[in-house]
Amino acid sequence: MSESCKVSSERRGDVAILWTDGYINNQGGEEIAREAYAQLDSGVRALVLNLEKTRIVNSIGISILIEVLEKVMDKKGVLAFCGLTPTIDKTFRIMGLAQYAEIYPTQEDAVRSVTAHPA
Amino acid sequence: MSQGGSAPPGLKSAGSREVSMTIPVAPEMEIVATAQAAALGEYIAMTRDKIDEVKLALVEACINAFEHADCRDEQLHLTFRLGGEKGREWLEVEVLDKGKGFDSTAVEEPSLEKTFQTHRKRGWGLQIIKSLMDEVDISSGKTGTRILMRKYK
Repeated sequence: MSESCKVSSERRGDVAILWTDGYINNQGGEEIAREAYAQLDSGVRALVLNLEKTRIVNSIGISILIEVLEKVMDKKGVLAFCGLTPTIDKTFRIMGLAQYAEIYPTQEDAVRSVTAHPA
Repeated sequence: MSQGGSAPPGLKSAGSREVSMTIPVAPEMEIVATAQAAALGEYIAMTRDKIDEVKLALVEACINAFEHADCRDEQLHLTFRLGGEKGREWLEVEVLDKGKGFDSTAVEEPSLEKTFQTHRKRGWGLQIIKSLMDEVDISSGKTGTRILMRKYK
């Protein structure tokens, strides 16, 4: 029955794209954080989280995404989300995440924008 | 804070069609509950986005109870109702726990700014529920908590 989230990633220069697949709860959030921190520690400046294969992110998962955002901000990096369902998009905006992280409709838009960001 | 009992005012459910289920307090059982919400939402041809909002609100209500209610029977009692008023169909979900209750008026409204300043990043559940559902009623007392939430089609 497990809906556990799978996370994969790919580095493109100083940008890392992370893809999620499934329910982002505490385990899913921790999986994302592990992958994100590994990418940041290896010198990545910008993270793009593509959530197009995720339909539910619970508040525990979001709290872990906020921790990732804090770490990115500490490193003066950029965090961008893309592929959000309208409900996830709405939830992120309710929480004010859109003020600190960028939200784009597509991965192409997100990568283009974070690549153009000054270091 | 009011004691749970009969249907709260403002969310009358007379004449509605309902499905009940009980889920154990266990990891990912909230996903079992969302499958039922989705099936009933689809039954009244609710849009996928609205069904997703009901599912997320339900997930939040369940995990709040899992984490904080300290349920005596280790279960959550869920009732899903379909109804309609003045041509507007709705899906209503009741989440009932037999836990220790809480004072919903004393729950501090979260903000991301406050969240950044603290180690604890949690406390968003009720805010998310209230934002995603059209009507929400919370009644809680020493014998448990009931969250009643309704989404119009």
